[in-house]
Formats: sequence, C-alpha cells, structure tokens
Amino acid sequence: MRVGGALLVGALLILPFLVGDFYVNLASQVLIAAIFALSLNLLVGFGGMTSLGHASYLGVAAYASALLTTKYGFGHGTAAVVSILGTTTMAALFGLIALRASGLGFLMITLALSQVLWGLAYRMSGVTNGDNGISGLSRPAPFGISLESPASFYWFVLIVATIAFLMLAIFVSSAFGASLRGVRDQPRRMAALGFDPWLIRWITFVYAGFWGGISGLLYVYYHKYIHPTSLSTTSSAEALLSVIAGGSGTLGGPAVGAALVLLLKNYASIYIERWNMLLGLVFLFIVLLMPRGIVPALSSFAEKWRGDIR
Amino acid sequence: MTASPTGLALEVINLNKSYGGLLVTRDVSLAVKSGERRLIIGPNGAGKTTLFNQISGDLRSNSGTVTIFGTDVTHLPPYRRAHLGLSRTYQIITLFAGDTLEHNVALGLLGLRPARWQMWRTLASYGGISAEARRVLDAVGLLDLASRPVSEIAYGERRRVELAMALAQRPRILLLDEPFAGLSDAERTTIKSLIGSIPHDTTVVMIEHDMDTALELADTVTLLNTGRVIVDGPRDAVIADERTREVYLGA
Repeated sequence: MRVGGALLVGALLILPFLVGDFYVNLASQVLIAAIFALSLNLLVGFGGMTSLGHASYLGVAAYASALLTTKYGFGHGTAAVVSILGTTTMAALFGLIALRASGLGFLMITLALSQVLWGLAYRMSGVTNGDNGISGLSRPAPFGISLESPASFYWFVLIVATIAFLMLAIFVSSAFGASLRGVRDQPRRMAALGFDPWLIRWITFVYAGFWGGISGLLYVYYHKYIHPTSLSTTSSAEALLSVIAGGSGTLGGPAVGAALVLLLKNYASIYIERWNMLLGLVFLFIVLLMPRGIVPALSSFAEKWRGDIR
Repeated sequence: MTASPTGLALEVINLNKSYGGLLVTRDVSLAVKSGERRLIIGPNGAGKTTLFNQISGDLRSNSGTVTIFGTDVTHLPPYRRAHLGLSRTYQIITLFAGDTLEHNVALGLLGLRPARWQMWRTLASYGGISAEARRVLDAVGLLDLASRPVSEIAYGERRRVELAMALAQRPRILLLDEPFAGLSDAERTTIKSLIGSIPHDTTVVMIEHDMDTALELADTVTLLNTGRVIVDGPRDAVIADERTREVYLGA
C-alpha cells in the first residue's frame, strides 16, 4: 500500500516531463475535481449525508476570488483567505439549515440552497456579469513563482491535492472520524453512548465546505474564468456521480471517479457530440456491475486474485 | 459520586407518551433507589420499551418528568443523559456490524471521553481505551473474538457485546431492554451471572419477559399494562399480588 502510494506520487510528480501540455492541463483538472469529490465524499461516504448542492462551495469560493481580485482590486493572497473564510462561514450557516433534516430532506435542502446561489449568480448581473461570467482573471504567483505554464500550475495543484488528501485521510481515520462513521451507521446508539450526532455532522459539513472552497479557488485559477454553471446542480451531480462511481466512503474512490468523468468529458466529446449520453451509459454500467464503486470492486477482485494464487 | 437529595437514582413522575390518539404510557411514575435492581414486566404492548426510550431520551415525552440522581433531564438530549451516567442496551441489537468487537466497545468508552473530538489521532492509538475495551470483552467472555467483526459472530455473542458496550461505560444507571431475548438456556445462564455480577454502585432497571430467569436478579418489580403502572413494590409482594396474576399470568 505504502509502496503503491509512493509510486503514484512519483509518477504524478514527473508527469509533465512525460506528456504534452494537453494532458498536463487535463491532469490539473482531474486533481481539482478530485479535491472537490473528496470533500463531498466526507459528507456522502463517511457521514451518510447525501448532498446535491456541494457546488455551492466550489462556486462561491471561485466567484468570491474572481470578484475580489477584479472588481475590488484585492491581491490574490487576501482574496484567497477572504474567499475561503467566507465559504466556510457559509457552510456553517447552510449546515444549520440543512442538518435540521436527514436523508431526502437533507438532499432537497442542499439542492434548494445551491439553486438560490445559482439563481443569484445568473440574475445579479450587476455584480456577477450574469450569463457572461467573469473573464480575464489571473492566476496567483505564490512566492513570486508564476503559475502560467501548464506544468507549474500542475505542480501547484498537485501540492494542494496531496495536502487535501492527507488532511482528509487523517480526519476520517481519527477518533472523530470513527464517531462520524458511527453516527452514519447507528445515530441512535451513538447518542445513547454520549456522542452528539448533530454537532458531529455539523463539524463535518463545515469541514467539507472548507475543502469544497479550496477546490473552487483552484478551479477559478485554472480556468481564469467563472460562469454560473459552476454553481449549477449539474456541477453538484457530477461530483456526486464521481463519488458513487469511484466508491463512496473510500479515500481513493472519489479521485478515480473524478478522473473518469473528466476523461469521458474530454475524450468522448471529441468523437461523440452527445457525450452526456455516453457518460450516463458508463455510469449505468458501473452501478449495475460494481454497486459499491470502482475502487471497492477492484480491491475485492485483487484480494480474490491473491487468494487464488496462494 | 454525589447522592441525590431524595436518595433516588431514577425518578419518573407522571410520564406520558401518545401517538395521535394512542396512549402508550399513561402517568407512569417510578422511584428507583440507588443500587436497586428493578424489573419491569408486562405483556406485549404494555409500553415497557417506550418508557425506556422516554427515560433515555430517545423519545420525547408529552408530559411528565425524568430525574437522574436529582438532575431533571426531561428536556436533555440522550447524549447529555449518557454523560450523567445513564447507559442502555437495546431490545433489537444495535451494533456496528462492520466493525470489530473491540471497536464497538471502544466506541462506548470514547463516547464519554474528551478524546471523541480528537481529529488527528486514531481511536486505536489510545492504548488506555483499547486495553479497557479488551478487559470488558474478557469479562463477558469474548476476548478471543475481539478482533472479529460483529457481522461474523453469533446472535448470543452479539447480546453479550450489547451488554459489554453499556458496561464499559461504568454507568450509574443501566437500562437493560430484554437482555435474554432469543437466547439458549446456556446463554441465559451466562448473561444472568454477568448481570448478577454488576457492582452495586450501578442501579439496574431491566425489562424482561423471561420471568424465570429475571426474577431472581430483581429486588423490586413494576408491572405495566396498557401503559399504566398496575403494581409496584418488592418482588415477592408483586408476584403474589392478585392483579399480577390477572394481567400477566393470564388468569
């Protein structure tokens, strides 16, 4: 496992020397989508809270950074801090509303809240430029290092993604993570044992919002453009599909799922105009064949294969 | 451990619960002394489990009060009651099926410790919790199975894990909801001696259908029928009471 992880990190590090710019950019997008899906998986997989509004955090952080750096003339550093603080605060408030319900009720509230934000981004065109989106954005230059080239931006994203992955891995394996899984599986019992299920869910909700915001910052840095689509239900649903297809409640699953979605989008759209249909079919195939997702299916296959050799 | 002014571990006054027009518990009052062993009996649908759920906070009461060692907990959520020393088991086994026995019991220990908010260290890295969980599993005779998932052990063993989770918390009041349900004779004997060995600084309130096994463990008995307390008092007096025969023994 450790060796595999080290090999993967090594391969990811030298990727820009091996492939062309198109693929390096694609890899950056995959990593950004992976952080986004990982943060959603915290809710869906580890917390049992299926959200259909996670794009709120990506979109709001992206819009906040875009507006602060263009309209209000802030530097990237300040803009990033303010965007993330704002997004996390929003998650704290949304959590107060959404966690009044569970299951379908929770899903509907998260969906409704994200629809409100999407509507605002569309209609408040005086601030957000509406359907035109905000273009002409710049990338930050941390410590004076330019992130304009595909490779430098990729390494930047790789660093953030690695930190995100480690932080989330530590979070779910911690004592708190154990109580989160407990609350997912047996909330009544957990309450009887002395755990506060509501507070556990809320803290997790806020933390997921924080990492959703981080992915939003990277998203807007990459595209140098932001449009209301980033806040749409489609954006939330794509992430949810990534989580479910890759394997919810696993650490690697969301990244695999995110990679799959982006590869299908970028490749299939070259050959097939209706790539959405193909995406749908692929997901149908995965859900029918591997109901627990790609990563759990592959690991149980690997176990079986090892068992056969012995 | 502070004694309550009344000397009572658990005091329930005029507790009611209704679902629409259906009254499940009606003006139930109980006074359980510290260290007492109280058995609650009654036919199916008498409101026994509902009463437990009201005491533990799983269910909100329509009216009435619940007091634990002098603290009014009527409006406190279940986890706050747990921190006041109340633990319970469930009639329908409620365990974490995918996790090991040790992890299940460790969760019971974690629930009452500040470490439950720890976001960096794993639960397994707490040597003290681990050792204590294994000690409790040993006490219920399940140490060999400590690292097996609950889904792989037998029903009777799961009943013992239910008990171990609650016992690990060293509760001041322990609510046992049908701890003998569905067990074989041999398993009954094991659980019986386990319950019998609970130290007397723990007050035990138990619901049980199996009178033959449970009566011996009880100091006092409360008979519920259609949500009301019918008879309440020392074991032998309640059993000898005519109303008990009428309700329970099917006269």
